[in-house]
Formats: sequence, structure tokens, C-alpha cells
Amino acid sequence: MLFAKAKKSIDLIDKFLNCVDQSLLLFKEGVKNYLYNNTENFNNNILALADAEIESDKLRREIEKTLYLQSLMPQIRGDIMRLLEEMDNIIDHSKKNLFQFDVEMPHIPANLIPDFIQLTQISVSAAESVIPAAKSYFSEPANVNEKIHRVYFYEKEVDLLADIIRRKIFREMPDLKLSEKFHLRYFTLHIENISDTAEKVADLLSIMAIKRIV
Amino acid sequence: MLLLFFLSGGLFLGWSLGANDAANIFGTAVGSEMISFKKAAVIASIFIILGAVFQGSGTTQTLSELGSIDTIGGAFTAALCSALVVTLMTKYKLPVSTTQAIVGAIIGWCYFTGTSVNYDVLKKIVGTWVFGPILGAVFSALLYLLLRKFIRNSRLHLLKMESIIRILLLVVGAFGAYSLGANNIANVMGVFVNSFSFSFSIGSFTISSTQFLFLLGGIAIAVGVFTYSKKVMETIGGNILPMTPEAAIVVVLSQALVLFIFSSTTLSQAVTSIGLPPIPLVPVSSTQVVVGAVLGIGLVKGIQEIKMKIVGNIALGWVTTPVLTGILTFFSLFFVQSVFGIPVSNQETLPLQNLSTQNQTTNYHIPFEVNTFLVGILLLLMMIVLYLFFIRYKNKQKSEENERRWTKQVQFSEFQEALSKIEANTIQLENTNLVSKLEESKNELITNLLNIGEQREYLEGICQGIQNAIEVQDVTEKDRILKEELLHIKQKMSFSNEVDKIYLKAEQAQVNFMERLQVQYPQLSVQERRLLLLLRIGLSSKEIAPLLNISTKSVEISRYRLRKKLNLERDINLVQFTQTM
Repeated sequence: MLFAKAKKSIDLIDKFLNCVDQSLLLFKEGVKNYLYNNTENFNNNILALADAEIESDKLRREIEKTLYLQSLMPQIRGDIMRLLEEMDNIIDHSKKNLFQFDVEMPHIPANLIPDFIQLTQISVSAAESVIPAAKSYFSEPANVNEKIHRVYFYEKEVDLLADIIRRKIFREMPDLKLSEKFHLRYFTLHIENISDTAEKVADLLSIMAIKRIV
Repeated sequence: MLLLFFLSGGLFLGWSLGANDAANIFGTAVGSEMISFKKAAVIASIFIILGAVFQGSGTTQTLSELGSIDTIGGAFTAALCSALVVTLMTKYKLPVSTTQAIVGAIIGWCYFTGTSVNYDVLKKIVGTWVFGPILGAVFSALLYLLLRKFIRNSRLHLLKMESIIRILLLVVGAFGAYSLGANNIANVMGVFVNSFSFSFSIGSFTISSTQFLFLLGGIAIAVGVFTYSKKVMETIGGNILPMTPEAAIVVVLSQALVLFIFSSTTLSQAVTSIGLPPIPLVPVSSTQVVVGAVLGIGLVKGIQEIKMKIVGNIALGWVTTPVLTGILTFFSLFFVQSVFGIPVSNQETLPLQNLSTQNQTTNYHIPFEVNTFLVGILLLLMMIVLYLFFIRYKNKQKSEENERRWTKQVQFSEFQEALSKIEANTIQLENTNLVSKLEESKNELITNLLNIGEQREYLEGICQGIQNAIEVQDVTEKDRILKEELLHIKQKMSFSNEVDKIYLKAEQAQVNFMERLQVQYPQLSVQERRLLLLLRIGLSSKEIAPLLNISTKSVEISRYRLRKKLNLERDINLVQFTQTM
């Protein structure tokens, strides 16, 4: 009874975080399926990711409504809503990227496929590491910093790998047209975007945790 | 009525205390929206009254020991002076405490009446002023460390923790309110205890005169909480240190503990029973204990967060408040005694009189003339105050209404002005645009006309050349001349295209005119329509002739025929007709 109101909000936040996790898995699978030409699976991933994005928006609004209507955590609810918005951006970027693969159909040379898969995996790992950090913020704020260092690590790795891929594209592939090179460069940037957003969330969490530690 | 008049000083002080000090208990909770103001006010009021009635006697006794004001006139003056000083200093945002004010007032009374001040008690009181905030700081530092450890180790979800904090804020707030009532009621009603006697009984339940006074004081504090503390609560948050709800729990609990310790007779007796010196039961300023408690948290978190100016102001308040109140009381007592003849010293002690529910009468030893005079003055004052309030309220409403209307008018005129400016600018821009376009078209037309004139001259030259060729007998010479002329003709072949371009541009510029012409006079030929168009542009027959590749005379004839075809009357000019069409 004492925690009835709180429990509803806790469930909603947990659902939202699960939704972010699921979206990242779908993105990773989607990119792999595109690169290996599994068109049907790729299309299924796109549809599932679009549904996850709608669901996450719905959950975010529901959480916002609950926090404000029940005037829960008046001092930090602004921060929490910002955190959820930033995490929602991760899903938005994932969906947008997968749609870009579908619409623009970039030609990725066979020898670049393993690099792109690795780039996607590391970028997604950065975003995935944000989720336990966010969960930790709600129950053990002192441990947030321990968790977010993984985000920073993966983000740096993504930057390095993306740089290597771009060098390969522009210096070692004279057969590609300039337009194709540009196109591939943009796709490395799109994938990098996910880890960049994760880094933003990590920065925010770090400050929020400091504020919470009494 | 008269009784209420004398008690009004204390009630006013009570109201002021409620308005200011309730914010120390629920300020952060209400300011941060953790608890609604209504809930906070109800809890604060109930527990302040309970604390005042059941545990207010200890501190009152200490104040009586300092200086026993045993006439109601003296008590009234002391309470009123304290209330005035508190209100004025609060208004000008100076650090103030009812505790220090009332102590100053009692000392002022003692000096005026020649009664000796009990310096041992005064030392005890001043000691607690200093010791209270220090104890508050110690408590808060310890409690803060404990709470921080609990929060870190509990691993409770933020939202669950928040629910617990809300409940704790309420419980601790209730305890704080109880302690505030118990400790500070002496400031409000303590001075009246020795000069006022009243008892009230219903069956076996009896309320003593002291309890009745405390109940009244508690109600006055509650009224203060309900009527004025909201504003203070909503702004208290960032005054000394930006506080989280967790810190607020610690601060309020520390304050409640300090106030409880300095007002609990039972606790004091318990301490004595184990062989320790008794705890002094002294009214302590809740605001100063709160500041001490906040300082305690600040020490744990890092001193740089504390606004040291506010802490310094408190020390200043320990001196300024009692001195000011003492001086004011001294002179007011002189005024009350000399002007109204109301006794303020113990020679005029009021006889005690018990009252029952059936027979509630009071019998004060005040001359009848003074009594009537005072009632008259009181009524007059009340009427004046009411009238002033009414006038002020009306004026305020009127000025607010005027201000609103004025703002609206200003806004409206500003909008209108902006709109007109935009309109004017647009029209001006359009005009400039049109004028430049017209100018451009005219220039183009004139240039073209000049070109056509040149072309005509050139053609005449060609004709002359051919004429010469005909006249020349030598075949070689004839061929040369003809070839030369042919070359010139070829160079100027674009001439007819230019004329067509001119017509096209003119038609585009006068598209509406051309459409009307087509609808109203469908019988007109292309050549005639062109003639009308050129006339509308403002060209003379002489200028039109080269354009139509005819002589000026032919243009005149064409104009005449056109008039006939259009059935124009004699007095209507053809140019005028084209302009008005």
C-alpha cells in the first residue's frame, strides 16, 4: 500500500529501459541482416524497431504524466525526464539508421562488411552499457560511475574503428566512386551517432548521480 | 472585550511566530512540492496547539523567573512591543527572533519598574541562545551522516525512497510543530501568566488559566500558519543552503529535538534523577536552531556551501533584537502608565478570580474612566484601521485594474503600431518595386524605339545602295555593291524578331488591357490592337510609325479608321480612351 504509487512508476521505468535494450538488439540484427543480404529478416527488424520506438514514446509520456500528476520526486523529475528523453534518442537514432539502410541501400564492399559489423557491435555495446548505469541511478547512485566508464570506453573504440574504416574507404579503395565513398562515410557516421548519444546519456547520468548522493 | 484587547499584544506575537516559524518546519517540504501547503498547515497547527497546551509550562516558568510581569497592562505592553519589533524587523528582512524580543521586553519592564533582573536566569537564557544552534548543528551533522548511510546502504528504488521521505517529512514536521508549540509558547503568552487568572470547567474537565492562555496562543500561532506562512514556505528553500528533502528531514528533526530538550520538564527531571544538572527550560529561537542545523549539514558536505553572511546576521540578531525591544518597552511602559494611567508594576496586581461556565466574570482593578476611555479608543482605532484597510484594498484593486487596463492598451497600441508599420513598409516596398519595374520597361521601350529608328535609317541606306547598283553599268561593280548590301541585310536579319519582342513585353505589361480589348472589341485586327497598345503606353504617331513599319501619315489614317471602328464620338480622344479602358 505504502509503495503502490511508486511501484507503478517503477514498472513503467523498467519497461522503458527494456524497450531501449530491445531496440538496440534489433538494430544490431538489422545491420547484420542488411550486410549479409537477408532481406526478409532485415524488413522484419525494421518493422519491429518502428514498433519499439512507438512503444518507448508511449511509455515515456506515461512516465511523465505519472511523475507530474502524482507530484513524485518534484526536485529531480526534470532530470529524470531528460534522462529518459536522451535514452529515447538512442532508439530514435537506431530506427532512423536502419531506415536509412533500407532507403539508401548503400553498397558496402565485401571486405568492409566485417568492419561494419564490428563497428555496429561496439556502438551498440556503448549504448547497452548505459542501461545498467541508468538502473543503478535509481537504486544505487553511488555505483553509477563504476558503470558508465564502459560507455566511455566503447565510445572511444567506436571513434577509432570508424576512423580506420574511413581511411580504408578513401585511401585503399580506388575502385569506388567518390559518391560511393561519401555514402559509406555517412553510414559510419550514422552508426557512430548511437555511441555518441550513449555518451551524452552517460554524462547526464554522472551529474545526476552526484546530485543524488546526499 | 477588554481582556482580548490586553491579550492582543501576545496574540499578535503568536500570529507573527506562526507566520515565520512554521516555514522552518515545513518550508522545504512545501517549497519543493513534497507536501501540500494545506496538509502542512493543518498538521503544524494541530501539533503546535498540542505542544503549547501540554508542554508549554516549563519555558514559561523560566521567563517568569527572569522578570515576573504581574500586571496585565505591563504584560500587554511587553508583548506588543516584542510583536512590533519582530514585525518591523521581519518586514525589513533583518534577523529577528520572538525569543530574544520577549526577553528584551521583560528586561525593559524590569528596568522601568525597578524590579531586579535575575541575572543567573539571564545568563542561562543567553547561554542557550548560543548553545541551541550549536546543539542543532551537532544533531544535524550526526543525523545527516546516519541518514546518508541509510540511503546508501538501503538500495531502495528512488521512488520508494521518496515515499518514505514524504512520510518522514510529515512525522518529523509534526514533532517539530509540537516542540515549537511547547518551547515558543512562552514567548507568546509567558508574560501574561502571572497577571491573568481564569479557569474553565466542564464537569470534571478543567482548563487552568495557564492552559487557557496557551490554547489561545496556540490558536494565534495556527492562524499565523494558515494566513501568512505560505509565502515564507515557498521561498525558504534557497535562503541559507539549497536543501534536499532528505536534508530537510535532518534539519527539522534536529530543530525539534533541540526545542524539545529545552522545553521538556519530564526530560529535565529524568536527567536530574540520574545525578546530572537539570536541563534549562528556555525558549529557543527555532530559526536560529535551523540555521545551526543547516550549518551542521554544511560542515559535513563542505563549508563553502554556507552563506556565511546569514550566519553572521544571527549573531547580530542576538544583540539588536533584545536591545531594541527593551528600549521600546521601557518607553512604551512610561507612555501606558502616564497617559492611560494603566498600572504596569506589581503594586497594582490584579486580583485572581476563578470563573466557571455558568458565571464567567472578570474583575480587574482598573478605574472605570480608564476602562471606558480605553474601550472608546479601541473601537475608534479598530474603525480607523478597518477604514484604512478598506481604502487601501479599494485603492489597490483600482490601481491593479488601471495597471492591467493600461498594460493592455499599451500592448494593443504597440501591436497596432507594429502592424501599421509592417503594412506601410509592405506598400512602400510594393510601390518601389512597381516604380522600378515601370521605369525599367519604359527605358527598355525607348531603347528599342531608338534601335528601330536606327534600323529604319539603315534600311533606307540599303535601298539607296540597291538603287546605286541598278544605276551602275559595270557588272563587276554592280555585283560588288549588291553583295555588300546582302551582307548588311544578313547582319540585320534579327530586326523583325526585336519588334516582336517589344510587342510581347508590352503585352505582358498590359495583359489586363489586352484581355479587355479582346473581350469588348473582338472585331479588331492584330495590327489595330497593337496600335491601341502603343497608344496606351503613351507613344506618339511619330514614334509608332517605325514600329508598325509605316509612315506617320499612315499611322494617322489608321487612328482615324480605328475611331470609326470603335464608334468613338468626336470629343473622345483615342489616347484618353485607351487610358480609361
